[in-house]
Amino acid sequence: MRFLLFLGQRLALTVPTLLILSVLVFALQHLLPGDPALALAGEDMDPDVVAEIRHRYGFDLPIWHQYWNWLLAALQGDLGMSLRNSMSVVQLLLGKLGITLQLAVASMVLALVIGIPLGVLAAARPGSFASLAASGFALSGISVPHFWLGIMLVLAFSVNLNWFPSSGYTPFAEDPGRWAMGLVLPAFVLGTGIAGVLMRHTRSAMLQALGSDYIRTARAKGLREQRVVLKHALRNALVPVVTLGAIEFGQLLSGAVLTEQIFSIPGFGKLLVDGVLYRDYAVVQGLVLVSALLFIAASLVADILYFVINPRLRS
Amino acid sequence: MATALTAGTAQAPAADGRLRRVLRRLQRQPTSLVAGAVILAFIIIALAAPWVAPQDPLASSFLAVRKPPSAAHWLGTDEVGRDVFSRLVWGARTSMLAGLIPVLVALSISLPLGLLSGYAGGWIDMVLMRVVDAMLAIPFLIIAIALAAFLGPDIWNAMLAIGIAALPIFVRLARAAAMSVRAEDYVEATRSLGSSPLRIAVRHILPNMLPPLLVQTSVMAASAIIAEASLSFLGLGQQPPAPSWGSMLNAAQRHMAAAPWMAIAPGCAIFLLVISLNVLGDGLRDALDPKGR
Repeated sequence: MRFLLFLGQRLALTVPTLLILSVLVFALQHLLPGDPALALAGEDMDPDVVAEIRHRYGFDLPIWHQYWNWLLAALQGDLGMSLRNSMSVVQLLLGKLGITLQLAVASMVLALVIGIPLGVLAAARPGSFASLAASGFALSGISVPHFWLGIMLVLAFSVNLNWFPSSGYTPFAEDPGRWAMGLVLPAFVLGTGIAGVLMRHTRSAMLQALGSDYIRTARAKGLREQRVVLKHALRNALVPVVTLGAIEFGQLLSGAVLTEQIFSIPGFGKLLVDGVLYRDYAVVQGLVLVSALLFIAASLVADILYFVINPRLRS
Repeated sequence: MATALTAGTAQAPAADGRLRRVLRRLQRQPTSLVAGAVILAFIIIALAAPWVAPQDPLASSFLAVRKPPSAAHWLGTDEVGRDVFSRLVWGARTSMLAGLIPVLVALSISLPLGLLSGYAGGWIDMVLMRVVDAMLAIPFLIIAIALAAFLGPDIWNAMLAIGIAALPIFVRLARAAAMSVRAEDYVEATRSLGSSPLRIAVRHILPNMLPPLLVQTSVMAASAIIAEASLSFLGLGQQPPAPSWGSMLNAAQRHMAAAPWMAIAPGCAIFLLVISLNVLGDGLRDALDPKGR
């Protein structure tokens, strides 16, 4: 019951956010310098074609009417047509989303596997060499431009050592081995930054937990240090980290744009870059909307997880 | 209480004293000092680019295409025979500006908005925060790329786009800062002395909002430099032939196997500058932390 109430409140809060988001995304196309119909048609188009585009996209209607039409269509899953390959934007997006999600999940797994243990290590032995090295790794992961890291890894492991394919994506159904090998480098590139963020938060949450009264009690009871750190402190420290992990998902989508470009993975990010290059504005607009919706969904999941794992909120 | 009394009569000396205390604490952190020195070195290189760069960054030479590092070209040459080191030095200007301008754009819009939201409260605060929530939902680089694409490929548009993308985080922080300053004793003291709300907001709250925003300024400068490099890498920022670290990497990617030096130097420069800004941000955070006193 308490959970349903919480869920209802949380969902009600997203409604205004979604509405404002729709206005922002709609407004994007009005940033185009000059006449949007002219921008869509290209500079040297026949005036008849421009007039036809203006009418087809409803640019001749008052602005609120245009927004209303756009919103109604968007709610019915119609985000317009791609100019480049005359497919519906939603169809295009759905086709690419799966590939990016595979990359995102692989990166997240890698980030969790690297970030959390390093954070625990750094907090359990403050001042030690291992702690310094872990902090250095986290700082580097946050500071390195990911697309450059991608280029360097391709240079080292694909061009010189020939261990991994340098680019491209193989569907799992086609060849599971090649699929996995193809995901290693891009997932590492994307995962390091998030591992850095997770490590730093795990470390500070662990330091806070290790300094609290219940840990002193656990130590006083004579429990082994390993058990104190891993069982008592980590369980509490992980609560905020789980929320953070879900929020980092947005970061993952941002990072995927350039990573996919470097590794020629035909996902979401590649679609955005192509949309930008070919001035396919409907695709760019659709991508902004869908990435924001994914982020809103991820933070909703984060809040639900936070509610579920945090006993203080449940009781 | 002494601060409350002095601040009640003068223009918030608390901000000055706090800043000086933060700086003093920063000086005691060796990592922050090194980071500050690196950033300063980059600023000097950017300002003195015409004297530091040994060659014209735009001068191409078909006799020296993709030459590895040598005495004549310390970091080698690029695909049309331009000196990579000279381009790196001139590119520092773009990156320094990319660290500065988006932050200034974000600060100049977010400070008044945050002040309004945090100080006035009520429905203004409600509406502004919902807009900020919606903007925060769009991933940083995706909104920057989309804005830059819609505004048109140009370095100034790219910086504006990055500044706007950074806006929601700054508005949130500025609002939080305004709210916490509003609750301080000396603000209460000034109010009881009969100062007008506008005077309190501008002379007492605004200057005291800056220290907590400093950390984000440093971290955001780092993100903005990476974002500019990313946009230039995608062809949305600095336009050729003008040098920028991002556009140098764009060219380098196409000649990766034959001329790896084209990619190594600009990436290292971005990494060094960004990590220094992040270290400085960490140092500022520690120095500002009241628990660290």
